[in-house]
Amino acid sequence: MPGIKDATAVVGIGQTPFAKHLPESEKALACRAILAALDDAGIAASEVDGLASYTMEETDEVEVAKAVGLGDLTFFSKVGYGGGGSCATVAHLAAAIAAGQATVGVAWRSRKRGSGPRPWKNTTVQLPTPAQWTRPFGLLRPADEIGMLARRYMHEYGATRDHLFNVALACRNRANQNPAAIMYERPLTREMYMTSRWISEPLCLFDNCLETDGALACVLVSAERARDCRTRPVYVHSAAQGLPAQHHGMVNYWNDDPLTGPAWTAARHLWKHADFTPEDVDVAQIYDAFTPLIPLSLEGYGFCARGEGAAFTEGGALEIGGRLPVNTGGGGLSEAYVHGFNLINEGVKQLRGTSTAQVPGAATCLVTAGEGVPTSALLLRS
Amino acid sequence: MSDSLLSPVPDDDGAPFWQYAAHGELRVQACADCGELRFPPRPCCPHCHSFASEWRRMSGRGRVWSYVVPHPPLLPAYAEQAPYNAIVVELADAPRIRLVGNLVTAPDAPLNSVPAQRLRIGARVQAVFTEVDGVSVPRWVLERP
Ligand SMILES: [Zn+2]
Repeated sequence: MPGIKDATAVVGIGQTPFAKHLPESEKALACRAILAALDDAGIAASEVDGLASYTMEETDEVEVAKAVGLGDLTFFSKVGYGGGGSCATVAHLAAAIAAGQATVGVAWRSRKRGSGPRPWKNTTVQLPTPAQWTRPFGLLRPADEIGMLARRYMHEYGATRDHLFNVALACRNRANQNPAAIMYERPLTREMYMTSRWISEPLCLFDNCLETDGALACVLVSAERARDCRTRPVYVHSAAQGLPAQHHGMVNYWNDDPLTGPAWTAARHLWKHADFTPEDVDVAQIYDAFTPLIPLSLEGYGFCARGEGAAFTEGGALEIGGRLPVNTGGGGLSEAYVHGFNLINEGVKQLRGTSTAQVPGAATCLVTAGEGVPTSALLLRS
Repeated sequence: MSDSLLSPVPDDDGAPFWQYAAHGELRVQACADCGELRFPPRPCCPHCHSFASEWRRMSGRGRVWSYVVPHPPLLPAYAEQAPYNAIVVELADAPRIRLVGNLVTAPDAPLNSVPAQRLRIGARVQAVFTEVDGVSVPRWVLERP
């Protein structure tokens, strides 16, 4: 089996502005992001024959294809589990293109999470499993569900709020360099963090991602075709999804070891098919709906051992010049929360050398999707 | 009653848990063939694939595995009691079975009846039952208050 290693490349990225409220519809924002990505790639919409997005994406393929004038589609895929599906959209396109099921693929996410409803407020549409075991007891929001794992993690390994602050600060510092970021002009201090209001103890306001309106897209083609495109190709070196045995989504309290999340499963596959190791990663874009997901992911993807993720954040390790600069556009915590798609595009920018917080000479980038839910990840290289 | 606490919405597999709860019993699904306990309830045993199951009575004793203290924004009935606690309890009879619940001072006490600073991981707790909108749900009290 030839596999997908370096068989495809991202050749176009596009995004809308990010804001708490954008006037246009999710559908219109999706079209703008997709057209921007195609324009960046220099590829006509009529050439697109593959699409991938999230099951939570409200605009379906029919609407997108009609609106922007795509060609005949021969591959279209949607990935579940919210932010766990981000990297899988690109992974599915990479597999499809490598297998000959499509030639030009577009992945996208458009979301009005800033001005639209909060999903957890909907009490009429509740899946009985596992909600019957959690929601009656007031475990209502993702922040509560991840807060529960975070508290246990802090208890077992001595992680502190200062470690979580290190994560929030690194993301905010990068956002302060990124004019497109929601938090571009809003520095964060330890004082602000430590005195901010609680959302779900042990998580405070700054441990939670932003609520953003916005859309992003990227364009994927074969490595061969990528050489003729006008942008510098960013190759999909390795890709993986991860749903561990007996895992149970964001309320994963019901298996032997709830702190060994889907990242561990995705990571095993990712590294098995890669020519390099965690030590060779120049920069990482790690899904950050909540700050504790970063130490948990650092462990899962092998940057440190189990229980060492919090300590890893010390000494500016996540900042530019540190051991592993992360979320260089500001991430979901400080650039925009668009279900992690901005992390994918930021990874591409780093390997093109065009990030607003460029890691000098970056040649390899790990991008991850949401830890704590069935997840996915990409290793990108220039 | 739109502003009341949420009642459990059972599925086919979970329904027996709530029926036993109505009788004040904490029971967990077990495979009728290999005996393995499982939670949440499922149609068949992931170990031996038997579809036969039974509901084994638990002592109701457990330990706090973790907890959170939610603050608004929350659904109105929960915001009224916030900050309150939500806990995960590992059962003494089966430490890998963990139940989400609330630590309270008495079965019918509000979700915020135990001060947040009294919460700690490892605390020994005992299951009790209370009614929410006519449905019996477990609550947890400290073994040594
Ligand atoms: Zn069995």
